[in-house]
Amino acid sequence: MTAAIHTLASLAQANGAQVDPLDTPSIEWAALWPAICLALGAILLLTIASLAKRWLFEGFYALFTVVAGLAAIATSIPLWDRVQDGDGPFSAVAQAVGVDGFSVYLTVVIASAVVLTALLADGYLRREGMDGPEFYVLMLLSATGGVIMASANDLIVMFLGLETLSISVYVLAAMHRRRATSQEAGIKYFVLGAFSSAFFLYGIAMVYGATGSTNMVEISSFLSGQIPLNDTALLAGFAFLLVGFGFKIAAVPFHSWTPDVYQGAPTPVVAYMASGVKVAGFAGLIRVFSLTFETYATDWQPIVYALAVLTLVVGALLAVVQTDVKRMLAYSSINHAGFILLGVQAATAQGTSASLFYLAAYTFMVIGTFGVITVVSRRGDELTTLDDFKGLAGSRPVLALVFTIFLLAQAGVPLTSGFFAKFYVLEAAVDASSYWLALVAMLTAVIAAFLYLRIIVAMYMGAPDGDDPLPELDGPEVEVPAAAGLALALCLAVTVFVGFFPQHLVDLANDAIPVLVATAP
Amino acid sequence: MLAAVAVTPSWYLALGAILFCIGAFGLLVRRNPLVMFMCVELMLNAVNLTFVAFGTMLGDIGGQVVVFFVLVVAAAEVVVGLGLIVAILRRRPGATADDLSALKG
Repeated sequence: MTAAIHTLASLAQANGAQVDPLDTPSIEWAALWPAICLALGAILLLTIASLAKRWLFEGFYALFTVVAGLAAIATSIPLWDRVQDGDGPFSAVAQAVGVDGFSVYLTVVIASAVVLTALLADGYLRREGMDGPEFYVLMLLSATGGVIMASANDLIVMFLGLETLSISVYVLAAMHRRRATSQEAGIKYFVLGAFSSAFFLYGIAMVYGATGSTNMVEISSFLSGQIPLNDTALLAGFAFLLVGFGFKIAAVPFHSWTPDVYQGAPTPVVAYMASGVKVAGFAGLIRVFSLTFETYATDWQPIVYALAVLTLVVGALLAVVQTDVKRMLAYSSINHAGFILLGVQAATAQGTSASLFYLAAYTFMVIGTFGVITVVSRRGDELTTLDDFKGLAGSRPVLALVFTIFLLAQAGVPLTSGFFAKFYVLEAAVDASSYWLALVAMLTAVIAAFLYLRIIVAMYMGAPDGDDPLPELDGPEVEVPAAAGLALALCLAVTVFVGFFPQHLVDLANDAIPVLVATAP
Repeated sequence: MLAAVAVTPSWYLALGAILFCIGAFGLLVRRNPLVMFMCVELMLNAVNLTFVAFGTMLGDIGGQVVVFFVLVVAAAEVVVGLGLIVAILRRRPGATADDLSALKG
């Protein structure tokens, strides 16, 4: 063996070749801590649960997940200061990861979604008899993928983040083993998700072929520098990438999975999908289109315009005719995606910051909304029709009031975060001269308000409709676990606080405009 | 006659596009979950071929490196996808995509 190495070395010397050590990229570990906290948390939790299951107390898994999520938030704060006041935005890991206000802001939003969903899931999993570490591990891994998407500086890294995010959620959606609908939701989400991922990847291949790189900085400088060699391939790449993102954010016409999956999947998973997954999808969309393809905005803006109109209208109209509350809110989440697209379509810094404000505000109100549904659906997770909410105000007045506030926030009523969220995206759309789009958005907001009022009316006027003349006086007997109560209180506090004092969140969102950075610190 | 035709990388691009379309079409028309799943794999591998062809055209090694990442992702998708399909077929043997219709409206 030694002799062989000597021979090789002498051969190399004889040829005059120099044996250089492999050039490894320098890695800025400090910038990766939020993602590491989530991924390491998942791995540690799985290890601890396999080795020391019998010594663990009840609720350990949820507590551990909350700690991992809070650690990700805590490590983001020094990073935010560094990006805003210190070095400015920088790239890490050989320019594959960009750390700017945008990535840190969305990391905090995604980690908050993880913390709140873990609090909701604790009582839920025990109630359904499926307590175990799997749910939390998969959610943490999925959130890692979301954080990677928010900070991707390379289309391939974006793809890897997207898949890490999605593959975990396919399993989460199918987790409720006793319900056939949960598995149906899982397989539907999986097949359509994999389908859209293939389109997304084909889009990356087209952009790579047209520009010669998958790095966003290089693509951007190529696009602004010269006329591309192959315009057809580039435009096809835009279209395919939009299909991929459209599936993740549930934009019409790529929304068909949403109602089925939201209805079938376990309710805390839906809370995470509507918040974390949607945030990550929009993070990717904004990073790729509003930032990297900025110079081609005139090419992709009309398509996003059409997507936004369809998403707004279909989401609002189909929501009204549903009878299942989870399905209604699935369509309402499609309508919300349309509103966020308003900000993306503007393709201005103002639009992006309005979208970011919307994403943060929406995360808290949607987790709160699905949190209430989690506790009201009761054992079996099946009781989610409109009738199951009748008389809730009589049996649980506080819970009904909290639910009302979340629904009003979703409708965009003043003094809630939802009002300012809608206001800022509409303002951005009007300033970008998309008057008709803003008008359509306002009309659909009115239609969607009817749907939220339907649920509220069902809760407060418990009389069953038609054949039964006697009003149902006793509403559903609902038990609210302490952890879920805490999650609801946190969501409520944020929704109301932002409704009264939006300026703090506006300032943060304004500082979180994404930038393309090629320089290491 | 045939020898006169030189095979250029754009042939492989065309082949990739055709395979991708076959995969997409197959996914839409086939009803067996396993076959639908195979169609997704076909689409991913068509993209791999496209990446390699573009990499050769551009003289860039990046296109070939991407294939490794895609292979890993495809493998992870196989694990999850087959797990889901097995879970469903155990509950309902011989189920097709049309049988999964409890959720609608």
